[in-house]
Amino acid sequence: MSIQSDQSDQQTHPLDDLLRKDRIPHIWCPGCGIGTAFSACLYAIKSSKLDLDHVSMVSGIGCSGRGAGYINLDSFHTTHGRAIPFATGLKLANPDLTVVVFSGDGDLFAIGGNHFIHAARRNMDLTVICVNNLNYGMTGGQVAATTPHLAKTTTTPAGNPETPFNLPLLAYASGATYVARWTILHTRDLTESIGEAIQKKGFSFIEVLAPCPVNYGRRNKLKPLDVLRIYQEKSIIKHFASPSELHLDLEKGITLGKFVDQDKPTWLDMYYKTTRKKS
Amino acid sequence: MELWRIPLDRDHIQTMQGVVYILDERCKGCGYCIEFCPKKVLGVSKHFNRKGYHPPIVKHQTECVNCHFCEIICPEFAIYSKPLSVTESQNPQVTV
Repeated sequence: MSIQSDQSDQQTHPLDDLLRKDRIPHIWCPGCGIGTAFSACLYAIKSSKLDLDHVSMVSGIGCSGRGAGYINLDSFHTTHGRAIPFATGLKLANPDLTVVVFSGDGDLFAIGGNHFIHAARRNMDLTVICVNNLNYGMTGGQVAATTPHLAKTTTTPAGNPETPFNLPLLAYASGATYVARWTILHTRDLTESIGEAIQKKGFSFIEVLAPCPVNYGRRNKLKPLDVLRIYQEKSIIKHFASPSELHLDLEKGITLGKFVDQDKPTWLDMYYKTTRKKS
Repeated sequence: MELWRIPLDRDHIQTMQGVVYILDERCKGCGYCIEFCPKKVLGVSKHFNRKGYHPPIVKHQTECVNCHFCEIICPEFAIYSKPLSVTESQNPQVTV
């Protein structure tokens, strides 16, 4: 039995059929968690047995926004913060599509925050995957709406004086029908969760915690492997925990799991019911 | 893998054997696969790839149980495992 570990070009990774191989290796830094979250998303799409001609991915701007450029399906890289409005239009123009929004915390919750809460309120049939790396990674590590209190960033060298968003609570309060949070280390649960969210009718939201070694990690003395060890030691899986009692903190732990899974009529259902009544 | 006790059915459960394939040129040397392999199959190699990173190397091939964890944790799509084909396997009756 001879095992070659360094063979070459004929080798094909199981996801190569879903990747634009000419763009790989991607731009994400060594140790960045977006690649793992993206890979979990691709595995979930692959195992969902959906017709891939009817699956599309939409991304906004930022590191995670590159996702749409690497997937070998119909995808669109939109302007900053406008991934959800674009996805909404895509879904309404062609309700047969399965639309996945893959973007970052800055794009979805800072500049695109308003679009997020309104899409969740309307219960648009979208799957939103938010890679949360706790800062604005691509622009140089500035403080974001999700940066933990007292964390150091380029714009808060003395520590962040603000309180971050609790993203699952925001999604739940706005009316999302499926809310979950995982880290990139819990990638099996994450893949399963994304698969469930894709099948789920209604607005599904999954927050994925990922390390940002170059910007957030360097300023807070967190090496990528140490962040993953923290995820391993400090995370507590609590399904259906109340979204208002979730922790994202090194002392109290990181609460993970599926928090909300409810059924509600989607925007299209309501629209057909009220506006296009059959006479 | 560390176990608290030896499983009672250890004698008659056959584990799957896997082969790890590494796409060296895609690797950026983050070390996630090496650190989180439950069987500690992988190690850091001494050689560099074209971009100057140290890709992982298979150290204990026979230990691999084809759990695919390296494959799904890798952010670079640079490593994957496949079950050892039955003809090559020493245990032809492979069960998960």
